[in-house]
Amino acid sequence: MSKPRTLFDRIWDAHVVREVADGVALLYVDLHLVHEVTSPQAFAGLRRDGRRVRRPERTLATVDHNVPTGDRSLPIADTIAATQVETLGTNAREYGIELFDLASPGQGIVHVIGPELGATQPGMVIVCGDSHTATHGAFGAFAVGIGTSEVEHVLATQCLVMSKPKNLEARITGSRAPGVGAKDLILALIGKIGTAGATGHVIEYAGDAISALSMEERMTVCNMSIEAGARAGMIAPDDVTFSYLAGKPRVDIGNIERWRTLRTDRGARFDTQVTLDASAVAPQVTWGTSPGMVADITSRVPDPADLPEQQQDAARRALDYMGLAPGTPLAGIPIDRVFLGSCTNARIEDLRAAATVVRGRHVAPRVRAMVVPGSQRVKAQAEQEGLDRVFRDAGFEWRNAGCSMCLGMNSDVLGPGERCASTSNRNFEGRQGKGGRTHLMSPQMAAAAAIEGHLVDVRGW
Amino acid sequence: MVKAFVRHRGRAVTLPRRDVDTDQIIPKQFLKGVDRTGFGPALFFDWRYRADGSPDPAFELNSPAAQDATILITGQNFGCGSSREHAVWALMQFGFRAVIAPSFADIFTSNCYRNGLLPVQLAAAEVDALIRSSEGGMREIVVDLETQVVQDDGGFSARFRADPYGRELLLRGLDEIGRTLLEETSIAAFERERE
Repeated sequence: MSKPRTLFDRIWDAHVVREVADGVALLYVDLHLVHEVTSPQAFAGLRRDGRRVRRPERTLATVDHNVPTGDRSLPIADTIAATQVETLGTNAREYGIELFDLASPGQGIVHVIGPELGATQPGMVIVCGDSHTATHGAFGAFAVGIGTSEVEHVLATQCLVMSKPKNLEARITGSRAPGVGAKDLILALIGKIGTAGATGHVIEYAGDAISALSMEERMTVCNMSIEAGARAGMIAPDDVTFSYLAGKPRVDIGNIERWRTLRTDRGARFDTQVTLDASAVAPQVTWGTSPGMVADITSRVPDPADLPEQQQDAARRALDYMGLAPGTPLAGIPIDRVFLGSCTNARIEDLRAAATVVRGRHVAPRVRAMVVPGSQRVKAQAEQEGLDRVFRDAGFEWRNAGCSMCLGMNSDVLGPGERCASTSNRNFEGRQGKGGRTHLMSPQMAAAAAIEGHLVDVRGW
Repeated sequence: MVKAFVRHRGRAVTLPRRDVDTDQIIPKQFLKGVDRTGFGPALFFDWRYRADGSPDPAFELNSPAAQDATILITGQNFGCGSSREHAVWALMQFGFRAVIAPSFADIFTSNCYRNGLLPVQLAAAEVDALIRSSEGGMREIVVDLETQVVQDDGGFSARFRADPYGRELLLRGLDEIGRTLLEETSIAAFERERE
């Protein structure tokens, strides 16, 4: 009888080409996703050393991080960004890599298009030069963000050298109250364990609150594993996973029986275990400049003096940056901008949930709100369902796909001092624009904030 | 390419903040290029410069003593957030060879070892002691990767444990890709077995 293994152990073991040192493996990569920002130096390295891309057919590229989300018939105005986009095109052609460029109906955020194509599948090792690669773990894959040197390594060898991370189980039980989304679960978990709470670990999310999530909600949860410090996050595949995959173009559904074995054995050992009661989670909003600085919408901006001593300095800096006074009720904080988008929350279900809140209402005066679908296919689907009209009629801008104001590499940025209700994943200083102030929340909460002009508890709607 | 690291003696600068994310280390507007060079002047850009472009004298890295610093001492969870390796390039191109902190984010650590910036993890109390002893003029610090010890001339000495694989990469300045390419037979056999 072999030792009980976790889901992660199982995937890891199946991909070890060779153990190169104690606990360090040469790990085979099934799928390598590439985008324009973290790949040019990797391709330049290959070219300099006369190396080839070992398995171009296991590599997929798209442009997402710096691309404009306005009129796609116009050239990219930012010439430096344009060069980076063209460089990916040149590299993809030269090395024979499939590319979803700006003109492609399949273009979109790399973590949205992988699942959309069915390229993301259970049991895989997936890498990408992007920290939110953990998104793909929702399918029961080991999906890990890497740096540019590792991108070059994977291009050249189809392998990654890695020390095996530890196992962390996040067991989330109970049923969510109406108005509480997957985003609220993951924000609440990060608030509980902290932004370094899962450092060095792969999180397996389990429990009935996780089983009850749709596939897209699972992606939202896994997406923000990095904000808890984790190397990756994953959820064991089940019938929800298989029915989602069944309709996808690159999926051989004959693999289902094999995928069903991708589970954590009874008695398998986790290095760390945390729990969360979903029924006690209220809609969450961040108040500071780190995703762990998060609270229930019903609460108040904390007083740094009331926090543990080692958190006080950071909290004071954060409140100063955010322009917030301790004791201010979170509900009622006025906003200037709303961003519905990002690899965390820009899939069709996110847009549907936000549209339900928005329908028949109008964005508050002086608030500028935008919807940036996660991919051109999500955009087309939403248009087919008439969601674009719902958003436009309410005064939202309806844009083309990209990372957009999640990281503000294109012209979608906050101005200094502007306050934004955002469905993205990071509220770091300057993340959405220098001096911009970000409050992270779910799509429903951001939509309600757009209508009211201030942060508001969507459960009251 | 990795720059070898065996033992380094240099002046340190302290940045006593926790959760310093890679967006602060190198803001997004500097990620649009296609080269690995030119990031030093952009390091900590939004903290380092005022709106008019002049250096902010209140920021630690702008102190005269920091100008030739090669070791950064900082708070827990350094390098969290985005995977951008540009953060490591910027720190190295500014002149840093080592960062000392109570903890580091995983992807940042991995990026450090693949470039030659040494992440040195010490206990929080040890980092605090180093930060305190730097008040009133920073002493020189020696970081020895071979013996895995940090020392200064004032009697401070602490052991650290580097990632064993990363340590080997740095001590020998190894070309990791070249090394993995030597495993071609194993990789090809692995593929044959699965496909």
